[in-house]
Amino acid sequence: MPHINFNNDFPGIRSAMAYSPETAAPMGVLAEILLRSEDGLSRAERELIGTYVSYLNDCFYCNHSHGAIACIYLDGDNELVEQVRKDYSKAPVSDKLKSLLAIAAKVQRGGKNVTTADVELAKEKGATDKDIHDTVLIAAAFCMFNRYVDGLATITPTDMDSYPLRAKQIVDNGYGNHVFTNKQPT
Amino acid sequence: MAHIQVEENIPGIRSLVLFRPETGKPLYDLAQVLLRGPSSLSEAERELIAAYVSYRNECIFCMSSHAAAARCLYGPDKNLVDEVLHDMQQSGVSDKLKALLHIAGKVQVLGREVTPEDIAAARVLGADDREIHDTVLIAAAFSMFNRYVDGLASFTPTDLAVYEAMGERMAKGYVLPASPEPK
Repeated sequence: MPHINFNNDFPGIRSAMAYSPETAAPMGVLAEILLRSEDGLSRAERELIGTYVSYLNDCFYCNHSHGAIACIYLDGDNELVEQVRKDYSKAPVSDKLKSLLAIAAKVQRGGKNVTTADVELAKEKGATDKDIHDTVLIAAAFCMFNRYVDGLATITPTDMDSYPLRAKQIVDNGYGNHVFTNKQPT
Repeated sequence: MAHIQVEENIPGIRSLVLFRPETGKPLYDLAQVLLRGPSSLSEAERELIAAYVSYRNECIFCMSSHAAAARCLYGPDKNLVDEVLHDMQQSGVSDKLKALLHIAGKVQVLGREVTPEDIAAARVLGADDREIHDTVLIAAAFSMFNRYVDGLASFTPTDLAVYEAMGERMAKGYVLPASPEPK
């Protein structure tokens, strides 16, 4: 049961955002730019970083929601999403993305863990300053989203078939207040 | 030196939002609505929650700047800020605020750490749903801001006077800094 009365029965972050649309608005804009910008990192790469950080933060709702979104961008390759969660160093992703996932994992534990050597390695593998910036901010933002979702004990759907439906809604329409003003997909 | 090429001598998050104003705008908008928007928690109390979480995350820049903003907003009671940062449970803030700071401290560790007992304890002391929501989101947001500032190794001034001036400016609200004039 959620820690507060949201006056709605939306799942996960949607319930908290519907409860507080004033704070939801900038969070939706932030997610839209960070996860759907195609400047440098692809949408699939951005969602994989968000999924991985949510996995590390043990946030079931965000981990599976963003994993399902990444899966759509990866043409249904759920196995790759799972490999990134379990051991990205062995996953068939670029060395550049591996070096960025390493930075994201450091950020998840605390910003100061990111070293000059981590950043140098990512640059050597082709990451630009903007790629590094976006990776750090995606990882940091998921440290917020995950805590918001679990800190209020929002409802986590146990029906795994519902995750791809909500994921498609995001892939089709982006992030923003429509996720809690429109009817939930069934 | 910062991990990425940002404007030199501009401290903390300001240098980062100038590097990427597209993300800077919603970050400043979020800070403004969370810390200055309508709430039954005072602006001083909300800044104190932010400073407390930043202290626990060992983010010197965010802790020093938000503590300075909280001191400014608390005015004659500004010593409360340093009391909370020294020993929250022994500080002179209300029992209700202590219960909310306790929840914020749990969120700083991880969302799941917050128990129904923590929530019940805050309610007994008068906290309502909105205040619990705002506390959790402030703590969560600073778990982001702190990591953003330190994860990119942005410039952290060591001169305390710099933070005092920053706190006075922050007390008036959060507005995305304008890009410096091209040289």
